[in-house]
Amino acid sequence: MINALALAVRRAHRNEKTARILITLCGIGTALVPFLIGAFLLLKGTDTFFVFHHSLGEFLFSGVWNPSDTAEGGGHVGAAMFLSGSLVTCALALVLSLPLCISTAIFMTEIATPRTRRLIQPAVELFTGIPSVVYGWIGLTVLVPFLRLIFPMPFGFSVLAAGCVLAVMIFPTITTMAADAMAAVPKTWREASYGLGATRWETIAHIVLPAAKGGIFTGIILGLARALGEALAVAMVIGQMKVFPTSLFLPASTLTTAIASDMGGAMEGGEYSAALWTMALTLFLLSFLFIFLIHRLNRASDLKGGK
Amino acid sequence: MTEMTTTLIGSGAAKATEQEAVRVSQEAAGDAEYTFSVEGLDLFYDQTQALKNINMNIEKNHITALIGPSGCGKSTFLKTLNRMNDWVEGCRVTGKIQFEGKDIFKEVDPLALRYRVGMVFQQPTPFPKSIFENVAYGPRIQGISNKKELAEIVEQSLRQAVIWDELKDRLNESALGLSGGQQQRLCIARTLAARPSVILMDEPTSALDPISTQKIEDLALELKKDYTIVIVTHSMQQARRISDKTAFFLLGELIEFNDTVDMFTQPSNAQTEAYITGRFG
Repeated sequence: MINALALAVRRAHRNEKTARILITLCGIGTALVPFLIGAFLLLKGTDTFFVFHHSLGEFLFSGVWNPSDTAEGGGHVGAAMFLSGSLVTCALALVLSLPLCISTAIFMTEIATPRTRRLIQPAVELFTGIPSVVYGWIGLTVLVPFLRLIFPMPFGFSVLAAGCVLAVMIFPTITTMAADAMAAVPKTWREASYGLGATRWETIAHIVLPAAKGGIFTGIILGLARALGEALAVAMVIGQMKVFPTSLFLPASTLTTAIASDMGGAMEGGEYSAALWTMALTLFLLSFLFIFLIHRLNRASDLKGGK
Repeated sequence: MTEMTTTLIGSGAAKATEQEAVRVSQEAAGDAEYTFSVEGLDLFYDQTQALKNINMNIEKNHITALIGPSGCGKSTFLKTLNRMNDWVEGCRVTGKIQFEGKDIFKEVDPLALRYRVGMVFQQPTPFPKSIFENVAYGPRIQGISNKKELAEIVEQSLRQAVIWDELKDRLNESALGLSGGQQQRLCIARTLAARPSVILMDEPTSALDPISTQKIEDLALELKKDYTIVIVTHSMQQARRISDKTAFFLLGELIEFNDTVDMFTQPSNAQTEAYITGRFG
């Protein structure tokens, strides 16, 4: 009898220990993955500089893109047009979608009745679930011909088309984050504002939006990160010409579309492949920067909100 | 149109109009002896009736205390006085409330009403802004943007709320860093800055410690020289200490409304007596 009890206790302790070890390993392992990816990218991506002896300045600021597809190197690895293509399409997406995101978030939290809100919220969240290839395909069949029709552009495939598709893709991220942040603004602040004779709009503009600023910025950064990393949908509508994004109405390329289209053909260990890896590393570092910014922002708002 | 008639008919008519104006203003002044007069007020939340046939006059430069057990309708009544219940869905009001002689549901714009009838809440509600911006919020809403004017209003309001000396060197700090008592006095200053003539207080000390409570009470007594104050309170002692008149609410009805001294020494209603002697509530 006593033996059985002791056995059960011992088994319980052993299970406890095993479970803890397993879960700890999983946790650490998962947390390690991004670091391993980072390390790998660092290893592959720095070949451009250390093996093929190009300067960081050339990679970032030169527009001459002609890497040699050999292990000897000797080509040019100026990625400025892809970098600027990425930045321009992201910025354009943000400019196009931000007013809509903020308006929708305000509508959801401040104006809509609970019933309408229950209808809109899942609709907005549904956006996130649509695969990017679907966005790209719709962009290709609807948006591109439409743009060609109304704007003076030769192809329709353009920076503008990419910006529009990305704007739709980041819309749910920013809207959801902004709406959550606005809903978290205490009701007492709104009441106090109304009590001082403020209108609903004055209350939104002077109290709700400033108080929700941190959450809105986090949403913007997450949205930008998604826009920056999107390859497929952008590749389907941007036209993929290796030129600088000089006009909204002309094709261009981004870091992601260039990697996606050229990685298959580049010889492993060659200069071309190394240059593409460097572009991948750049994307990784940019997302890292975004995450860092979010944490900084959250900490700043914690400090301000705390007592 | 009026102007033309005056010119055509001549000075006689103009004089008559003038006389009428004097009469009207005298009448208004006569009414304004009561800051609020409430007649037959009923209030419903959807199907539930929260206030039943309330009739009372609230006097100028008095402190009127509203007491009664939780859910008796006293806070609801308070919020009706500056139409804060407009924001509550399903809330419906019948009857009449006159503010300085004007029907607040028909003749006064709700925003203008709230400029004149300020409110202090149970929980201190400083905005996540600087102390200065908190106080300047009301004036800014009312369209004052001149820096010097705002600074004057802020200083004056903080002085009135007896918190200027504590805060004058911290005007640019966040208001969220203040203690609860300071926050509540800041909120009172913020209300004063909007230049009201009435201050509604919804249990303003229930979240505060005794010392802060006393400061708020002293402040209320000081402010009644210039303002009409209506205060909802759970504390019988508080009603006794500071109010001139007390109204006892029970289940949405105004049971008794009388001078505070009389009410607490010889309540005319058995329910009032039971409540103030602590037998229920």
